[in-house]
Amino acid sequence: MTPTTAQQARVKTLKINGRDVSASGDQTILEVARENGIEIPTLCHLSGLTPVGACRLCLVEVKGVNKLLPACVTRVHENMEVFTDSERLRKYRRMVLEFLFTERNHICAVCVSNGHCELQSLAQQQGMTHVRVPYLYQKLHVDASHPRFKVDHNRCVLCTRCVRVCDEIEGAHTWDVFHRGIKARVITDLNQPWGTSETCTGCGKCVHVCPTGALTEKGVSVAEMAKRRQFLPYLTMMREERG
Amino acid sequence: MSSNKVKVATVWLDGCSGCHMSFLDMDERLVELADKIELVYSPLVDMKEFPEMVDVTLVEGAVASVEDLHKIRKIREHTKILVSLGDCAVTSNVPSMRNPFKLEDVLSRAYLENADLNQQIPQEVIPKLLPHARPVHELVKVDVFIPGCPPSADTIYFAISELLEGRIPELSDKTRFGA
Repeated sequence: MTPTTAQQARVKTLKINGRDVSASGDQTILEVARENGIEIPTLCHLSGLTPVGACRLCLVEVKGVNKLLPACVTRVHENMEVFTDSERLRKYRRMVLEFLFTERNHICAVCVSNGHCELQSLAQQQGMTHVRVPYLYQKLHVDASHPRFKVDHNRCVLCTRCVRVCDEIEGAHTWDVFHRGIKARVITDLNQPWGTSETCTGCGKCVHVCPTGALTEKGVSVAEMAKRRQFLPYLTMMREERG
Repeated sequence: MSSNKVKVATVWLDGCSGCHMSFLDMDERLVELADKIELVYSPLVDMKEFPEMVDVTLVEGAVASVEDLHKIRKIREHTKILVSLGDCAVTSNVPSMRNPFKLEDVLSRAYLENADLNQQIPQEVIPKLLPHARPVHELVKVDVFIPGCPPSADTIYFAISELLEGRIPELSDKTRFGA
């Protein structure tokens, strides 16, 4: 996050879903909502990484603002009135999920992450029982050139958690995003096979922050790829204390 | 055969029959359901023609061949409530994994490259495949969606019970894609 000024750090009072809450001015709507036990769905957001507002699942309504705002990258203001749940928001959240499901291959039944996947859970939570737009049936490749991990682009939702954890926590910046729009892909180094990357340290952080079955360990079968994320807030906290 | 029971049909398109197995997994609850429903058409009963009007039809499988397409259109015309049962009907699931490939390449792989003897692409008896295996609702209107691979017997029982009570089942806390 960008450095906080004294002005921003002052206590703000606002309403979320009609409830009075108080927050520090440098906090985002998402942080304040979660502190107060108000659930806002997220996919690209992961505590400990810089928020990017990529997935648009955390969109909320703010009184007096016509457009919907992403809660993960919107700071709270004095007297703000936020609504996190409405028919309009539910409609857009389902739409976002449906577009993600149509873009690539998200066949849960044969996925290593079945039962441990954030995309799958979100579809269930948001009541998405089917997809109303045609599937694209793209044919993307699987890179299994790394000795321990593999990347299946068919399962990737471009949340960029791998890019951020590799850059911000591991400091290697092996991952990045190549192309734009429908052609966008995550790549390793200069768009070369992962196994040939000179910067990858093999730490596996990218695998464990990936919300779907896109980044996985080798040797796991259907529904076996449970991810471990406990390390992330801990590492972030240690660095902040040291810095 | 005429009775006041609710007329139910089940259909098996491009799927593995796992959803029908899950249906049978309702075990003793099938006896209870038999008092309320009449299974008028299904792979589980010997009836060649789809009846004139059915109250509820459960469809397993994606629409993948010209025969599937013909069947589902006819079934829709003769069904009051059409239910997509399981991921293949709802998303086209595993049958759709051939979709990124050209149909001729898929057939060639199955019947020529991987066949040691008698290599030939079938021209008769086996229905022609459509270019893509597709979810049922892309071709006809679907009224109820039951995701799951397969949906559990409990989920199917709940869904049928709700339909018998005249309600559209709310299933998001009971099943999901890949369940």
